[in-house]
Amino acid sequence: MTSMPPIALDHPATLIAAVFTPWIVLGIALLIGYFASYLTALSWADLTFVMPAAGLGNVVIALLSRYWLHESISPERWAGIVLITVGVGFVAQGPSLTERPAQGKELTQ
Amino acid sequence: MTIPLPALQPGLWAASSMIAAIVLASTAGEVLTAAAMKSIGDLDEIRAHSGLKGAIRAVLTCPLFFAGVGFLALAFFSLLYSLNHLPVSLVAPASASLTLVTNAIAAKLFLHENVDRRRWASAVLVCIGVYLLAH
Repeated sequence: MTSMPPIALDHPATLIAAVFTPWIVLGIALLIGYFASYLTALSWADLTFVMPAAGLGNVVIALLSRYWLHESISPERWAGIVLITVGVGFVAQGPSLTERPAQGKELTQ
Repeated sequence: MTIPLPALQPGLWAASSMIAAIVLASTAGEVLTAAAMKSIGDLDEIRAHSGLKGAIRAVLTCPLFFAGVGFLALAFFSLLYSLNHLPVSLVAPASASLTLVTNAIAAKLFLHENVDRRRWASAVLVCIGVYLLAH
């Protein structure tokens, strides 16, 4: 997006045109696959369970760029990887779905 | 010799409003989408009963789902717009990490999810982690 000329809010059509750039088209195709998996997860688990777990994707990106693209990872980024992993481990320990009391039970409580 | 034009850097307020727009739109989108998926029910079960087409139909006939997707699209275009004006090293970590925390608050308020200490801790840890990683 930064390779494009500045986009002004009074010309929204230029923003629509950006969608048809080849790299953005490829990105959108991959995002659709991500979204389908994400929706399936949301159909049986809480948002506050799925969202942090999806954050694990950032760790995968960082590790791929380290061992596949041989990029260097700063200590700051390693700390980020550790924090996300611990966070996901935390949420994965708990239940994936909030237990809703059945309606009859709710009245008696 | 050409003199490069000085880049127009948005001020603090403009930058904050762009990021706030992304965070608000994406939180609304996530919460509405999650509510839609909960109202549809377990997609794996629907697929086992009526196949992939049935599962896709179940999602595409849910009005709440389109409300959610509308806000997610709004968030996406706000992201594209802000990337055109701000560096990605600011926008990506700020919006991704703030969205985690606002989503935890919105899920508790609107979806009545049981956000216990474990989930708060994990939302905050992943939030800081994403910020450090994407910065």
